[in-house]
Amino acid sequence: MTAEVSCTMTTIDHLNPPTGHMADNVVGFGRALRAAGIPVGPGAVIDALDALQAIEIGNRADVYATLEAIFVKRHEHMLIFAQAFDLFFRAAEDWKHMLDSVPLPDHAKKKPPPASRRVQEALAQPSARDDVPQIQEQELRLSVSDKEILQKKDFAQMSAAEIAEVTRAIANMKLPQAELRTRRYQPDAKGLRLDMRRTLRSSLRTGGEIIDIRKLGRIEKPAPIVALLDISGSMSEYTRLFLHFLHAITDARKRVSVFLFGTRLTNVTRALRARDPDEALASCSSSVEDWAGGTRIATSLHSFNKLWGRRVLGQGAIVLLISDGLEREADAKLAFEMDRLHRSCRRLIWLNPLLRYSGFEAKAQGIKMMLPHVDEFRPVHNLTSMEGLIEALSAPPPPHHMSRIRSAA
Amino acid sequence: MSASTLPKSVDGMLELLTSRGYLAERSLATVAYLSLRMGRPLFLEGEAGVGKTEIAKVLSAALGRKLIRLQCYEGLDVASAVYEWSSAAQMIAIRLAEAAGDTDREQLSSDIFAERFLIKRPLLQALEPDVAGAPVLLIDELDRADEAFEAYLLEILSDFQVTIPEFGTIRAPHPPIVIITSNRTREIHDALKRRCLYHWVDYPEAERELAIVKSRVPGISAKLSQQVVHFVQALREQDFYKSPGVAETIDWATALTELDARSLTPQLVGDTLGALLKYQDDIARMQGDTLQKVLKDATSD
Repeated sequence: MTAEVSCTMTTIDHLNPPTGHMADNVVGFGRALRAAGIPVGPGAVIDALDALQAIEIGNRADVYATLEAIFVKRHEHMLIFAQAFDLFFRAAEDWKHMLDSVPLPDHAKKKPPPASRRVQEALAQPSARDDVPQIQEQELRLSVSDKEILQKKDFAQMSAAEIAEVTRAIANMKLPQAELRTRRYQPDAKGLRLDMRRTLRSSLRTGGEIIDIRKLGRIEKPAPIVALLDISGSMSEYTRLFLHFLHAITDARKRVSVFLFGTRLTNVTRALRARDPDEALASCSSSVEDWAGGTRIATSLHSFNKLWGRRVLGQGAIVLLISDGLEREADAKLAFEMDRLHRSCRRLIWLNPLLRYSGFEAKAQGIKMMLPHVDEFRPVHNLTSMEGLIEALSAPPPPHHMSRIRSAA
Repeated sequence: MSASTLPKSVDGMLELLTSRGYLAERSLATVAYLSLRMGRPLFLEGEAGVGKTEIAKVLSAALGRKLIRLQCYEGLDVASAVYEWSSAAQMIAIRLAEAAGDTDREQLSSDIFAERFLIKRPLLQALEPDVAGAPVLLIDELDRADEAFEAYLLEILSDFQVTIPEFGTIRAPHPPIVIITSNRTREIHDALKRRCLYHWVDYPEAERELAIVKSRVPGISAKLSQQVVHFVQALREQDFYKSPGVAETIDWATALTELDARSLTPQLVGDTLGALLKYQDDIARMQGDTLQKVLKDATSD
């Protein structure tokens, strides 16, 4: 990038914006970025204006690089920025002859990449620009969603309204902080254990006379959470939201493992580590092959118990089993695997969206099989019940009841 | 570290292990050899009872090095893994100084934080010079320790030094040979694995297992050892919650020889199954017809 500082204001007729003012454009672009979820303050907009004056605006790539350097502070925002830039400066006809020779960030993918709907909506917000196609906004509905959303190409596209709604709600949920006492100690004035080392060191200030006694208390840490999420067809209306919920939890806690199961089990823990929900969900959907297919709970639980149980259920993990329990082939195997899962975790909470029907009865064979082996059975179909779940996670665990000490019969 | 005692090739490593009765896969010998050559920790993961801990013992014996073992558990902290001050001895020292009329505080604090009051735990012992060469440090079942300890370990493994605030920094003249084992009761962080050479220790195939049984259980008849190994191999193909490891095979073979068995019978297997399978569900599945069938296959050769 050339860094020739020109003191005069460069006219940007290259940009050829409808309004014709560079400042207006940059301000508008900053607004669009903010609406798309990139934190852009007025300071950044001023910096961007300064920077654009500092470079000789010769081609699109330089402008792109300059604005990116100012506005993008985190790796996961690069994709959103690229799309926003493309859309916002798309109308500039004058660029056309330059575009052939200028390398542009590559995002000519077959499927619409994640975040694009977000960006388009952000740009479609009422502004001085009117050449952006108006995208119909989807309202957040907790009960109805397009079937195709669960297919790979559309799953990655959440509307900005939805994201805002869900994340706002989830951000307001206070996650339980400390609930498990570990066996390690740290300095703690109210602790019960004498810290001889620090006591002695402080005694040296008084010539070896022990006056102030230092204590140690146990370190408290949130319990690990293991979520098993059913993504079969009957659950498709909820899957996205739960993934958002789990993504939020994963963000806040260090020890969360997430598994998706339909006809088979997939570990998506790493995919959910991406900070941006779009990116996280996109990489989730690309690693799963059986979206909205059938469900084989027993088989999935079996493979979890066999391959993952020992690896993620240590340190007193809480298991969230999110499933409607509609399993056609319910047999003793399902009960057996549920029992094993129940015995190998600290608490097994079954979240079932079907519980929203007041007249719900456990008629399905699978549900009958699974019920005796859970510590808690909760509804989870809207934000209220999610908040209820958070409360349940914060509460001390109920005492182990007799279901754990069943006879071999 | 005197490099002369170290094996010069993968074959040398294989020989070294075999001479001590550890019949290793070539891949394991290769990784072990490389970890010695490159001075990188060896990270062994695998099911319980496949010989992860054993290799550290064998290596230290074969190389004539001291074996220092740190058994990990939940709640392991610096005081039990690295060092601790002996506060009782320090308090006595303070009282003695008082009685002698020493009132110099500076002197007192440097006196009571001297090396003789330092209780050295395994990790610190492993950094100490040794005439026989750097010791073998076995960090056993790291997955049981907390993640915080893992981060601390990462620091030690990167520069083989420990800083004690009251005392100073202790650095190893020669880095120890480090072997870390994990049973995967949780996943170890990538950062630690990155520093190590990783190897998944698998169950041995029939031929190797037979050799292991013969070398570990002297006095076992050829026929019985054949049947034992075939039976165990067949069990591993079943979908058990916990398949028997090599250690279980050796236990079982030993148990059978103690009972003066000549060959396997359903009665004998049923009575001694507890040496192989450690879960009631698994034992319950191996009753009646299943047992008969597996046994028939194992004894048919």
